[in-house]
Amino acid sequence: MNIFQQSFKFLALALLVFLPTSIFANSEGGDGGQVDTKKEVEDYILHHIQDSHDFSLFSYTSDEGERKHFGFPLPVILWSSDGLKTFMSSEFHHNDDGTVIVEKDGVKFAKIHSKIYELDAGASSVNFDADHHATNGHKVLDFSITKSVFGVLVIGLLMLFWFSSLARQYKKKQIPTGFGRVLEPLVLYVRDEIARPNIGDKHYRRFTGYLLTVFFFIWFLNLAGLTPLGFNVTGQLAVTACLAIFTLVIYTVSGNKDYWMHILWMPGVPVLIRPVLAIIELAGALVIKPFSLLVRLFANISAGHIVVMSLIAIMFTLKEALTVPGAMGLSFVLSFFILLIEVLVAFLQAYIFTMLSALFIGMAVAEHDHEHEHDDHGHEIPDAQDVRGDFI
Amino acid sequence: MDKLLNDFSPGLFVVSTILLLALIALMVKFAWKPILNSLNEREEGIQGALDAAEKAKREMANLQADNQKLLQEARLERETMLKEARELKSKMIADAEEEAKTQANKMIAQAQDAIASEKKAAMAEIKSHVAGLSLEIAEKVVRNELSNKDKQLELVESMLGEATLN
Repeated sequence: MNIFQQSFKFLALALLVFLPTSIFANSEGGDGGQVDTKKEVEDYILHHIQDSHDFSLFSYTSDEGERKHFGFPLPVILWSSDGLKTFMSSEFHHNDDGTVIVEKDGVKFAKIHSKIYELDAGASSVNFDADHHATNGHKVLDFSITKSVFGVLVIGLLMLFWFSSLARQYKKKQIPTGFGRVLEPLVLYVRDEIARPNIGDKHYRRFTGYLLTVFFFIWFLNLAGLTPLGFNVTGQLAVTACLAIFTLVIYTVSGNKDYWMHILWMPGVPVLIRPVLAIIELAGALVIKPFSLLVRLFANISAGHIVVMSLIAIMFTLKEALTVPGAMGLSFVLSFFILLIEVLVAFLQAYIFTMLSALFIGMAVAEHDHEHEHDDHGHEIPDAQDVRGDFI
Repeated sequence: MDKLLNDFSPGLFVVSTILLLALIALMVKFAWKPILNSLNEREEGIQGALDAAEKAKREMANLQADNQKLLQEARLERETMLKEARELKSKMIADAEEEAKTQANKMIAQAQDAIASEKKAAMAEIKSHVAGLSLEIAEKVVRNELSNKDKQLELVESMLGEATLN
């Protein structure tokens, strides 16, 4: 309890102290200058929502009018038309509009809105069309250690460290001490409230490892996204898609005969309707379920970031209407309470993702006793359990 | 939708897939498996301890019930023993009384028999005595008659008077 209180206090304090200053002082977006107007704020927020190739904590303009960035570069790893190219992101000098060209072994790269483009042979600068799309370059496959990948690595290592030390504690004693005492009930919670009730006592053990990993991965990354470090990993479509596809693969591979029967040749309905139902069920199982998983997580976390940042931006956008202290006070109060809600959302989204994954897996491995009740005419009455998925 | 697709980075997708696969494998091997095993073991241990305690409690209750039963039996036995002793006592007393009574009766009967036989003997003696006396008297009378008729009569008279006194 004490640990919880202390870390909560610390977290709240850290958020209050750092958030308004660090995120907004940090400006590598757009023109790389200070953010004052509504348009700049909007660009800034959209930029933040995206992945980035640098890890920058904040930046400021020095007395000489030079933009200073505080942070560190991350490695860029590209698969270009000329094979693998690697360099540090500092070579772009925080430029994000394609004006800085990095040349590696004759291949030219430019960074536009956090995407790295390979320039066509012979071109020396990026040309844009009316919609601000590059006309003489194309995106390359970008395996860089971006900020998101860096976040995944950090959180993954933290998880490994925390939980393997918890695992080691059990060798010596029955009841863990220290931080392990905080982690143990969480593990028990996922096992007893998410995995076991949804998958069933017989099969849950096989999938608990995956569910635990996913739960803590999403939760910790959501929380990391609320710190001034400004991660937005679970708000990246690529990451949530990857998680959703894992769940899809697991429940598709482990689905038993009953599960596929209920998808492809639904018992208990007229034969003519069965092919139609099969199409709907297949679409549901292979597209809708994973799509709902990936979009829900992505949208909730991105929206949370946008709302928090917009509320913080009140201090710039409303400073004429409310005076500077008024705008700051308003932004302070609103963003503080929204952040508290976001802390809840961070947990909630991790819970929902894990819970739905468990539910989908549970539906795929459920063993029907297949004593379907028959009505007076000998037709099977379909069991109600099988429609659970349609409500999600 | 266009923007969403534009934001989707295939490179990040590949990298995060690899990292997540590695993370899941490592976590399962180094964290979840040992943790879940230990938790299960602990839960089974607790369940076992609870069961054992419950069993011990039940055994204790059984033991107590047995003790109670034993005590009850002992008490009953004591009571029956006491009762038997009391019965024996009264029976012995009754027997003794009976014995004494029959003995006494027997003695009384013997005494009576003895008295009766003594009486008979006494009577016989008296009879023989009386017969002797009568013979004596008759002798004396006969003798006196022979000497003096009056005196003989007088003697008879006096003798008879004596005899009746007897």
